[in-house]
Amino acid sequence: MKSSLKEVLNQGRFAVTAELGPPRGSDQNVVREKANFLKDADAINVTDCQTAITRMSSVASCFILKRMGLNPVLQMTCRDRNRIAIQSDLLGAAALGIENVLLMTGDHQKFGDHPEAKGVFDLDSISLIAMVKKMRDEKKFLSGDELNPAPNFFIGAVENPFASPVEFRAKRLGKKIRAGAEFFQTQIVYNLERFEAFMEEVNRLGFSKESYILAGVCPLKSAGMAKYMRSKVPGLDVPDHIISRMQEAAEPKKEGIEICVEIIKRIREIKGVAGVHIMAVEWEEVVPEILEKAGLKNT
Amino acid sequence: MIVANEKPIEEIRNMIAGYKRIFVVGCSSCVSVCFTGGRREVAHLAETMRVLGQKEGLSLEVEEESVLRQCEWEFVEPLKERVEKSEVTLSMACGVGIQTLAERYPKALVYPAVDTTFMGMPRKIGFFEENCAGCGQCILGETGGLCPVARCAKSLLNGPCGGAKDGRCEVSKDVPCVWEQIYNQLSLKNQLEQMEAITEAKNWSVGMAGSPRRRIRADLLENEGEK
Repeated sequence: MKSSLKEVLNQGRFAVTAELGPPRGSDQNVVREKANFLKDADAINVTDCQTAITRMSSVASCFILKRMGLNPVLQMTCRDRNRIAIQSDLLGAAALGIENVLLMTGDHQKFGDHPEAKGVFDLDSISLIAMVKKMRDEKKFLSGDELNPAPNFFIGAVENPFASPVEFRAKRLGKKIRAGAEFFQTQIVYNLERFEAFMEEVNRLGFSKESYILAGVCPLKSAGMAKYMRSKVPGLDVPDHIISRMQEAAEPKKEGIEICVEIIKRIREIKGVAGVHIMAVEWEEVVPEILEKAGLKNT
Repeated sequence: MIVANEKPIEEIRNMIAGYKRIFVVGCSSCVSVCFTGGRREVAHLAETMRVLGQKEGLSLEVEEESVLRQCEWEFVEPLKERVEKSEVTLSMACGVGIQTLAERYPKALVYPAVDTTFMGMPRKIGFFEENCAGCGQCILGETGGLCPVARCAKSLLNGPCGGAKDGRCEVSKDVPCVWEQIYNQLSLKNQLEQMEAITEAKNWSVGMAGSPRRRIRADLLENEGEK
């Protein structure tokens, strides 16, 4: 039996979480196969129709992981559900034994496979975090009605150190801590200098003592992917030197893994970072190799 | 003001297909300011239909008129005779005006010639931008005078989200991130601490999410008995 993500972080071990994107179909074996590559992680995030592409539900996928003896992190966004649906899904998730949640606003539906859909956005990330904390700590629904038994979630949130206005990002993380966030997984880090500056501010404000911060990383497969991430993925900063390394590499996939490992090693040295969150998008099979090379196997 | 767009002429042609007596009615208020449904646009649409009619060998009789405010009974009342003798009345007013006309003349076929889009302002000539969502609970005092409900793609109350890049919204580089603008405005006003205040879940029931809204001023309401 694995320790919970909360236990790992409380013990001060450098935590590893990894992302799993559910399939665009109804076969649970796809989830199982992907999860098998991520077994060494302390917890596995399951995305919630990421970039607004319709996929198997996050709650169902988390339950499949749970039955495999793994620790899922349920990602929950505000794009597709109002406060009624979110609270309902969270109670269901708690009933299925899911302990960790990662709460965020979510990518706009414009990016997805149904750009004509009506986005919900009844709540935003911060009012969602506050609602889940209220459910857990006050044992109340957002409406104030009693809730019994209350779910006991470990509450996570995201922050993007690279989005504008940059000078507000650490404070926004602090705002999420005040709302109830206990751990963070950041946007993918390629620009280490900017990430270091962000962490310096986070440390200065004392927020790395009040929460656990896991830095997001993502191995690149090709120069094309690097360019795509720079221009098309909201809020990503991919510096020129990374793009040229990918362009000049004889074996881009190998280079992408190498860059990812280097970034993880540098991230481990940054004060206030409690772990790393690996988002190997549709490339889950590469995660064991990354962990091995980064010296994170069986941490 | 209320902003609207012209419907494609093909869509309008399909609406009037088979009819000969057409009445085009514009409105000289909002839709006139946004150059969509005022007197000039009415004349243009009427002329377009006459030309198309001639080309296709249809002898269309197209009449035109524009009223001061199509959203009030008193201004649509004088149209009675011409609406009733037409087979189709095409309204170029906003959705409010179209419905006023349709309700006043229940037997008439009143069709929309424009698509009503948003409440906004002419930022400059030819450029209109949405800036109010009519949400029923104004927070402009907390957001530096810029509305995130209408102007943020996700209506965030605790923005900006992680998708903002160089001050632009994640949905389009053409759209400024209103939360970055709010940040800058609050900074100018020495009110940046407001950015750190947690705004709780919004009560949407006083806006579009509730039942259709009414405003009743008892002091002004004419007593049924006096009528």
